Amino acid sequence: MYPNDFRYTKEHEWIKVEGDEAVVGVTDFAQKQLGDIIYVELPEVGKVLEVHQAVGVIESVKSVSDVYSPVAGEVIAVNEELNKTADLVNKDPHGKGWIVRLRIKDKAAVDALMTVSDYEKYLEGLEA
Amino acid sequence: MKRTRLYEFHKNSGAKIIEFFGWEMPVEYKGVIDEHIAVRTRAGLFDVSHMGEIMIQGQDALAFVQHLTPNDAARLAPGQVQYTALTTPEGTFVDDMLVYCMGPEKYFLVVNASNVDKDYAWIVDHKKGFAVETENQSDAYSQLALQGPQALAVLQPLTELDLAGMKSFHFAFGKVAGIDTLVSRTGYTGEDGFEIYTLAPNPGVIWEAILEAGSPHDVLPIGLGARDTLRLESKLMLYGNDISDKTTVLEADLKWICKFQKGGFLGKTVLERQLAEGLTRKIAGFELMDKGIPRPHYPVFVEGRKVSDVCSGTFAPFLKKSIGLAYLPIGATALGTEIEIGIRDKKARAKVIPTPFYKREKN
Repeated sequence: MYPNDFRYTKEHEWIKVEGDEAVVGVTDFAQKQLGDIIYVELPEVGKVLEVHQAVGVIESVKSVSDVYSPVAGEVIAVNEELNKTADLVNKDPHGKGWIVRLRIKDKAAVDALMTVSDYEKYLEGLEA
Repeated sequence: MKRTRLYEFHKNSGAKIIEFFGWEMPVEYKGVIDEHIAVRTRAGLFDVSHMGEIMIQGQDALAFVQHLTPNDAARLAPGQVQYTALTTPEGTFVDDMLVYCMGPEKYFLVVNASNVDKDYAWIVDHKKGFAVETENQSDAYSQLALQGPQALAVLQPLTELDLAGMKSFHFAFGKVAGIDTLVSRTGYTGEDGFEIYTLAPNPGVIWEAILEAGSPHDVLPIGLGARDTLRLESKLMLYGNDISDKTTVLEADLKWICKFQKGGFLGKTVLERQLAEGLTRKIAGFELMDKGIPRPHYPVFVEGRKVSDVCSGTFAPFLKKSIGLAYLPIGATALGTEIEIGIRDKKARAKVIPTPFYKREKN
């Protein structure tokens, strides 16, 4: 269920490297926790982020949640579709529900994040 | 943590369980939006067993209820229900509640889950001089609510009571799914519906029977998340958010439950004076014009100045817009007044609109 080629954070973001770029979103676990998502606040293209800096905000009916950047980087694209259909994050969190695309400098920082099996184990620990 | 007698049914349905004033309650099953739409278009079933039930009996039962509340309980015949409040001497709220008249010497109060112990202590503290017995029966009762345009159609086959003949804000004793209950045509969603009270130890029989009878209509179990969005669309008050011991009955736009002619009641003098002098603030409904969701405690600005905090606010699933309630200076309560809601580091534009935000079509 969780893609093999993604890396994951404890805050339930995923990141997928594509050359010098990386796509970031939130995981299926996160979208279930959030419930019905109404709005996603996207950052400005060009914004330079440090690791763990808030890259966006997800508003669901019952909660507000920050999305944190898993690595440092510069926002080179945002998923404009979410302005029209925010619930893509609920429906396809690992695909069409992507949130931002970053240009990253330090690929090693991505490798340091949880692999899919680390993340699945982490989730088992949470649900226990 | 307390659990209702229906807890296992919620767990087995995959409900997300949260803590609610000492209770483990389902906040959602399928999802707040699906559940909300189900109630507005079909029907939904709520477990509201956490609410409180207080019985007042005796020679002075009516006089006691009249003393404690602003509405006129003397107008109630047995079988009738009335929305009212427990008021403080300052005309503010101890709680809002329903009063069921079971007889000239028997009144059944249904109060908010968050206030059961407080309300009962208040009632006991004020009964000196009244020939009444009071009993907190909350733990004995389970309560279900079936709400929505299909509620009557779903419930009728399960009971011998004539539901179509039961007027709004009336109740009767009868069986549902073979179990003794009190059924009232009341609810907290703005839809037609019924609230079902039982002392039986196995209310799960009723829960399952209703979901089964409702399955051809796609009736869903509904959690506290949708309960809140439904009641807010209908501008029904939530104690702690919209009303409290810091807001008077008039400021809360509930003048209609103040029947000053009925005689004395706690808070009457203050409320009469406030009525004569005019209000300085009043609760108002607003909708957002910018994108965002106004939530409780977000600051509210009028002409750039902070005036209060949002009492209740959400994205309304049926109306598909963001709405909320806040106390505004009386001059800013005119329809169309533009205000701002502070949402994180931005100020979202909003405007005062008529309430209730949603009103069902009368059939």
